[in-house]
Amino acid sequence: MKKSCFLRGVFLALTFCVGACFPVWGAEPIKIGVIGPMQFTQGEGQWNGATLAAEEINKAGGVLVNGAKRPIELVKVDSNEFLSIPDATNAMELAISRYKVDFLVGGFRSEAVMVMQDIAMDNKKIFMGCGAAHPQLCERVAKNYDRYKYWFRVTPINSKFLVKVDFLVLDMVAKAMAKQLEIPKLKVAVVAEKAAWADPIVGIAQQSLPKMGMEIAGVWRPSPTATDTTAELSAIQRAGANIIFTTFSSSVGIPFAKQAGELKIPAPLVGINVEAQKDGFWNATGGKGNYTVTVGTYARVKIDDKTIPFFDKYEKQFKEAPNYTAGTYDAISILKHAIEKAATLDADKLVPFLEKTDMEVAAGRFVFTKDHDVTWGPGFITSVGTQWQDGKNMCVWPYNWEDLTYEGTVPYKLPDWVMEYYKKK
Amino acid sequence: MIQEIVINGLINGSIYALLAIGFSLIFGVARVVNIAHTALYMAASYFIYLGFDYLGMSSLLAALISILLTVALGLVCYQLFIKPIREHESAVLIATIALAMVIQEIFLLAFGGNYLGVPPLATGYFMLAGVKIANQHLLVLGAAFLALIGTWFLLMKTRIGLGIRCTAQDREVANLMGINVNREIMAALGISVGMAAVAGAIVAPLSVIDPHMWLHPLTMMLAIVVLGGLGSIKGSFISSYILGFTEAVVVFALPMGAFLKGPIALSIMILVLLIRPEGLFGVSFEEER
Repeated sequence: MKKSCFLRGVFLALTFCVGACFPVWGAEPIKIGVIGPMQFTQGEGQWNGATLAAEEINKAGGVLVNGAKRPIELVKVDSNEFLSIPDATNAMELAISRYKVDFLVGGFRSEAVMVMQDIAMDNKKIFMGCGAAHPQLCERVAKNYDRYKYWFRVTPINSKFLVKVDFLVLDMVAKAMAKQLEIPKLKVAVVAEKAAWADPIVGIAQQSLPKMGMEIAGVWRPSPTATDTTAELSAIQRAGANIIFTTFSSSVGIPFAKQAGELKIPAPLVGINVEAQKDGFWNATGGKGNYTVTVGTYARVKIDDKTIPFFDKYEKQFKEAPNYTAGTYDAISILKHAIEKAATLDADKLVPFLEKTDMEVAAGRFVFTKDHDVTWGPGFITSVGTQWQDGKNMCVWPYNWEDLTYEGTVPYKLPDWVMEYYKKK
Repeated sequence: MIQEIVINGLINGSIYALLAIGFSLIFGVARVVNIAHTALYMAASYFIYLGFDYLGMSSLLAALISILLTVALGLVCYQLFIKPIREHESAVLIATIALAMVIQEIFLLAFGGNYLGVPPLATGYFMLAGVKIANQHLLVLGAAFLALIGTWFLLMKTRIGLGIRCTAQDREVANLMGINVNREIMAALGISVGMAAVAGAIVAPLSVIDPHMWLHPLTMMLAIVVLGGLGSIKGSFISSYILGFTEAVVVFALPMGAFLKGPIALSIMILVLLIRPEGLFGVSFEEER
């Protein structure tokens, strides 16, 4: 009897010691579903960003909820949304009903995210968007707050601001062209893949470029999956374009940049080229994508104290630079911050705390707008303009914009063949 | 503008011709509608990527090895999945669709959905009539003409070509005459897959490699062989350039509608078929054979 009492005591003491030393072990995990196209770079970025955040948080003991530290458990949910929107809805249902996740981060294609958003809202699950830029996703919050209040966008910035950045970066390149090559009136070729999200950008370009003192050389709309754009490039050169303003989110961004570099088209590429945000762009274009400029979220510059450590850690662990979908890292940090303040996982109680978010994350100072979107502007998230310079994707914007230049930003460089072409002329 | 359309039309047409000739050959000889043809073209591109990026081979060596590997893969696939059901044309069609999907999923699992690239075999460009042509495009142009001449020479001037033609004309009679039909079909298949592999090796550096890269060329290739007349090599060759030129004209005449170049080219195919349902060279090739 004595012996069994003694053993029971030892067992209890050991349990207590283990529990006290490693509080996370025994606690029920907080399940976060990372939903995205996992077979593609965008999904990989989402998973990697979330993994990094979860590892950091768990290493530090977990998320403090009501005095108990709880670990984060990630659930990988492949939405396959590039190929099938029904697959995306099924994946969302699966995440909620089968995996029973507490929160969701991710989503990429706006069309798919709209449907996924509805399922998350039906189930009152907080869904932090980390991929889709369509304004309607947040407009829904403004129009029907009670239903859509569980939706928050973390990355990228709203496509309206994305366009603003796009034109600011174009303006920077135009000024460099005008100054260095003394071209009196620049002609711009607007090249946008044929996709719904690119249509407003083409419209705005047609209205804004003349107001910016530039002439439109023509508008080309290749297929998002075009593999050979030589004909378009020949037509652009024939039209006498000085700058090529790109709007690409699909694979066409690679052959276009590659063939423009191979043929040394005397017009620099600037705009949105999602493929150029990725490390693989350099290899995919065989280095011919040199000097391509794109708007992005992350670059190895000091946006705030968290950017470079995040960038370096990500690069070290995953052997590539983070693309914007790795914003799941920021999403989970924001979520942790709100949970700890609210001391609950209850979605309804958490929403007001998330709305009050004002913190530094890797992308900059993060504050949600009234309709749960990303606040854009100097002093908040600005996004960056990056340029491929000899194998490195360097930050070139903001550069003296609104008195803002992030530490580590370099001046924009005109392609050497463009310089040669105009100097010979 | 005319010179740009001519040159770009020739380039587009040559890329399609490389694929369509091989497809037509195996259909003409063995009545195999090999939907996996462009999946093998994709396999060749991935093998080059594997050789160049992972094994550090030169791009030329990687291209040569990839062609051999793809031919081997094509022959193995034929022996395992097509030969047992060769007599049932619709079953072959479905089996090759399944095979293409399997190849796609294997590469998706192995390399993910990332867009990859390989370096060109010929870098730089040259000017012709004021139009810049990438040297790699010239290689495509040359390869397409070589492929046509080579196929013609092989079919018309060699013993193996005679066997292939006999098999294409009447398999049973050819068998009775002592021709090893299986060997002839394997030879035709080897040449057909080899041409898909050459296309992959030459076109991959111009484009992006991804597990779905076989779908767009498949649509165009099927349109070309139907337009040219199923099984007609000459028809496929000419149709490739018809669709290639149509695409180039669309880009120059309708820049805002550049994305419509594929659908417009396919509409032309439908129009031609309404007038001549057997395709441009369907009947004449039957007679030639």
